[in-house]
Amino acid sequence: MTEITSLSLFELIKNIKEKKISSNEVTKSFVYRSEKSKKLNTYVTENFENCLKLSKEFDNKPNFDLKLPGIPIAVKDLFCTNEVRTTAGSNILNNFVPSYESTVTQNIWNEGGILLGKLNCDEFAMGSSNETSFFGNVQNPIAKDLVPGGSSGGSSSALAANLTPVTIGTDTGGSIRQPASFTGTVGLKPTYGSCSRYGIVAFASSLDQAGPMSKDVKDSSILLEVISSFDKKDSTSIDFKRNNYSSELTRNIKGIKIGIPKEYRVDGMPGEIENLWKKGIEYAKDCGAEIIDISLPHTSYALPTYYIVAPAEASSNLARYDGVKYGLRSPGESLIDMYEKTRSEGFGEEVKRRILIGTYVLSSGYYDAYYLKAQKVRQLIKKDFDDAYNKVDAILTPSTPSSAFKIGEKSNDPVSMYLNDIFTVPVNLSGLPGISIPAGRDKNNYPLGLQIIGKPFDEQTVLNIAYSMEEKINYKNNITDWWME
Amino acid sequence: MVLCDNIFYHMTIDLKTVKHISKLARISLEEKKAEKLADDMNSIFEFIEKLNELKTENVEPLTSIAETTLRFRDDKITSDNIREKILKNSPEKNDDFFVVPKVVE
Repeated sequence: MTEITSLSLFELIKNIKEKKISSNEVTKSFVYRSEKSKKLNTYVTENFENCLKLSKEFDNKPNFDLKLPGIPIAVKDLFCTNEVRTTAGSNILNNFVPSYESTVTQNIWNEGGILLGKLNCDEFAMGSSNETSFFGNVQNPIAKDLVPGGSSGGSSSALAANLTPVTIGTDTGGSIRQPASFTGTVGLKPTYGSCSRYGIVAFASSLDQAGPMSKDVKDSSILLEVISSFDKKDSTSIDFKRNNYSSELTRNIKGIKIGIPKEYRVDGMPGEIENLWKKGIEYAKDCGAEIIDISLPHTSYALPTYYIVAPAEASSNLARYDGVKYGLRSPGESLIDMYEKTRSEGFGEEVKRRILIGTYVLSSGYYDAYYLKAQKVRQLIKKDFDDAYNKVDAILTPSTPSSAFKIGEKSNDPVSMYLNDIFTVPVNLSGLPGISIPAGRDKNNYPLGLQIIGKPFDEQTVLNIAYSMEEKINYKNNITDWWME
Repeated sequence: MVLCDNIFYHMTIDLKTVKHISKLARISLEEKKAEKLADDMNSIFEFIEKLNELKTENVEPLTSIAETTLRFRDDKITSDNIREKILKNSPEKNDDFFVVPKVVE
């Protein structure tokens, strides 16, 4: 039998249900591999012992009707987990132990999943390379000293290195899809309102959305089915009829209309990305899709809009970290002095930068010029998609303008770092579902991804197109275990 | 200064502005870091000013991406006594309260 850790989630579930392997055997395999993979720096907090204990309990009293029967799963350290430290990659939450559980993770445990550990991420999910984490850089298993993408970099790395069968991330401007693209894995950002934000450390509330990350499309459909739910505890959660994403998954996409937006052909885009996109179009045609040229005229305004909206919301959300109720406190002579020192020591550089941008654009006299302007442009960006969806069912683009870069390569230039998200940000601004699937390699043999964007609440079509194209692309990561001890 | 629809052209964020904003955001900054932040912010705002190209006088701002009306709920207590849980993570506390540096002289 193939090594347990390289099996897909679907295969693991099948083997457990057929009693060919036990939950404890599966858990032992992932714990063992994770223990040997410390060099990747994927885990912030390990939950190995407890996970092994719970897997035994599952085996003693198994319930094979559950959707994730006894499956160990590591999650991004942005999800609050009851009695397990939750840091959001920040010094200010270094010792924070929540007394409640996020809805998304609770949904996973309710279906038989077991917490394996908490995975590294950019501080408060602000970053595209995992380099802003207080807990250090994460290595991409694809090659040494390569970033795994961000902000869900610990998640993408752990997944590609087979340290967890699947994982969940959060995506505010591309934080699931870009790291998936950088590690040759699949990452899905659902429609805004699909997965509850309750218990997720907030970054930009009108953009944040949790989603599955997996080795193949089918696994993402299984996990989405578990985590997507209406939740009264999230005021923007939407009560709509959710599909049985995994059982309704089909490769029959004959006649489906896929749009190709000309504005995504950006200046300076490497030829490799252009070629990947062309190949993707051919694959989609082979699957029976009809290709239609479309226009999303306000695409180039998406990033500037995002860099007003996201920092503005972040500066409000992060005002709660004041050293009083939880988290780090640095001593000060007065209350104000204590606040200022706590926040100065507790937050890293990128987080401070974004809080200051957000404070500036929301400050008296500047609100209309920046924030209101951005909200208006956001309307135009969303309208572009509404118009396009009168003609097509989905949209195909590259996931990122480049493959993974080296650690340190872009960390001194915030704007060049922000450009990573050029193809993913419009999807968040418009609240749409989008998936990144591995689709090829660049000249260094680093993975490249294609993105499929869908209509609101139409994750099923997005998954079906991805599932169908995945078969034609037939991409396989070749991981050499170079980091293993 | 123009305050209507368009962003200020060539607004330079100087050291004084950065210090003022950091005061508003309650983050103390060393002089050197403040200078670096001013540089970073200027390059970011230069990038943001692209929005000036668009006329948006007649565009409604997008205030909520989820087209939903806020739900009402019954005004009922749903959590048990969670005082201990809430106080557990506090950096400084006594039996019933969060403790902070003296506020009133």
